Amino acid sequence: MTLLSFSGFGLSFRRYHGLLASCETPVLNDIAFTIGRGEVVALVGASGSGKSLIAHAAFGILPPNARMHGSICLDGQPVDERTLPALRGRRMALVPQSISHLEPLARCAKQLRWAARRAGRPTDRETLARHLEAFGLDGDAAKAFPHQLSGGMARRMMMAIATVGDADLLIADEPTSGLDDENAEIVLSKLRGLADQEKGVLLITHSLAAALPYADRVCLIRNGRMEGEEAACAFDGAGEGLRSAYARALWQALPQNGFQVAHHA
Amino acid sequence: MTRPLAQSLAVGLAYRLGRLAVVLLLVAAVAFSLAKISPIDPVNAYLGDDIARVGPEQKALIAERWGLNEAPLTQFVRWAQNILQGDLGYSMIYNAPVSEVIASRFWTSLPLVGLAWLLSGILGFALGVVAGANSGSWIDRVIRVYAYVLSCAPTFWIAILLLLAFAVFLGWAPVCCAGPIGVVPEDVTFSDRLRHLALPLAALTVFGVSQVALHTRAKMIEILNLDAALYARAQGATKLDIVLRHGLRNAALPAVTILFASLGELFGGSILAEQVFSYPGLGQATVAAGIKGDVPLLLAITLCLTLFVSVGNMIADMLYRLVDPRIRDGDLLTGGDHG
Repeated sequence: MTLLSFSGFGLSFRRYHGLLASCETPVLNDIAFTIGRGEVVALVGASGSGKSLIAHAAFGILPPNARMHGSICLDGQPVDERTLPALRGRRMALVPQSISHLEPLARCAKQLRWAARRAGRPTDRETLARHLEAFGLDGDAAKAFPHQLSGGMARRMMMAIATVGDADLLIADEPTSGLDDENAEIVLSKLRGLADQEKGVLLITHSLAAALPYADRVCLIRNGRMEGEEAACAFDGAGEGLRSAYARALWQALPQNGFQVAHHA
Repeated sequence: MTRPLAQSLAVGLAYRLGRLAVVLLLVAAVAFSLAKISPIDPVNAYLGDDIARVGPEQKALIAERWGLNEAPLTQFVRWAQNILQGDLGYSMIYNAPVSEVIASRFWTSLPLVGLAWLLSGILGFALGVVAGANSGSWIDRVIRVYAYVLSCAPTFWIAILLLLAFAVFLGWAPVCCAGPIGVVPEDVTFSDRLRHLALPLAALTVFGVSQVALHTRAKMIEILNLDAALYARAQGATKLDIVLRHGLRNAALPAVTILFASLGELFGGSILAEQVFSYPGLGQATVAAGIKGDVPLLLAITLCLTLFVSVGNMIADMLYRLVDPRIRDGDLLTGGDHG
């Protein structure tokens, strides 16, 4: 059952040249994909390919000079300025990209409580402590300020904050950047676990190899365009099962596949 | 945390106090030199109207007695020694020891400057938060125009306008002084004091508000564009929620810092405001000492204000380290380049 769908989605930024002349710089084009319940969909693309903007567009937190076209739907209902206030935090939640998305001047426990209140969830101490425990975070971590947490703990804290609202859809923006393999594994298996509980997960990442073991489907983005959607299991062998040439080239260029660089259009 | 908070605080404080002593010494030296090279002749200033009845021989005698013929450095050292022993000298124009003049003037100025400081802080912060949270809207424009106009307008001009409007035309407030004319200070009632305080206080507050408001507004806009505020939006936070939880938290400290750092300007403003309202405070005494050549009083006030403003800046600087958790847990000494 489809939870989130992007169709014919595009994004451009309006820039001003001088006083009056303005021009639109297209950033994303022809983005279309769906996420169903129980699914992890990986959105893979290089840095600067516009992946994070897709997450921001879903939450309606793009900069003011952004122009969108196409449609974003959650459960078949359009996601727009009118419906977003009831969706943010409650129906869909964001795992932010970096620690800078947490309030530097508030203790983590407090921020977890804010997130719970914003999502209309219980905010009592016991519930929240239990929620943190599920991410291997104790009272000390809760009392810490964000800058005092280690990289792995900070990431788990952001996961805890993102999931406290028990939203159906989770969008994780580069949740493993800056993490060692062990911590990255913890985070990714947590996301997989959430999908196994009938939630939908959009995993935005630049690392195809890291995402593959946990994803059901992979959407490839290049230069702001979709370069095809593949089943995660098709990334196998020499990539015979892959539909797009770009996916095959990417797959063959991975270290374990011999760094082969295919030349294609 | 590298060191216990109390210990690093003590070290930081000692370092700052040492620096404060150096600042005071430098200001004393500069102020003394300026007084020495100024055309004020201490003997003439001392004699005042009696100058006609004193001959040059007697003047020379007084100069000799005061040690005015000695080397400037010797004079400076003697003056500094006296100050360290608590002897600030004798004020000729008020005919009282300088320490007494400053103390009594200070207590008159304190409610004025202190309340203006507090009110301009609270009002300025509130206006800045409202403007910053609604940047670009009409309310932001109104607050901004208000703040720009006021920060361009000289205090004495505002003071005169207030005086014209409320004391002369409307007659709501008294025209001058800290109490009714002809009543000894001890007999002035509290409500009378308040009535006389109102206009100078308004002038000074109106002056102080704009700076805090403009700084808070800029800070607020900056905070609302940070990742943390963006993420709060993605969590479903309302604008009010973001302003209260993220905005106030981050904007409060810079505002308090500005407030402490602006003590100097506030005193500058109070000198003019007190002059316009004939409010017998420290500011008015400063002007009188300058005009009538009361060197000991002028130098002592300079030192007192230096101490006051420096301590204000010091508090501002240390407050940051004490309150911001990102700085608090580090060393208080590192990064203390501006104090």
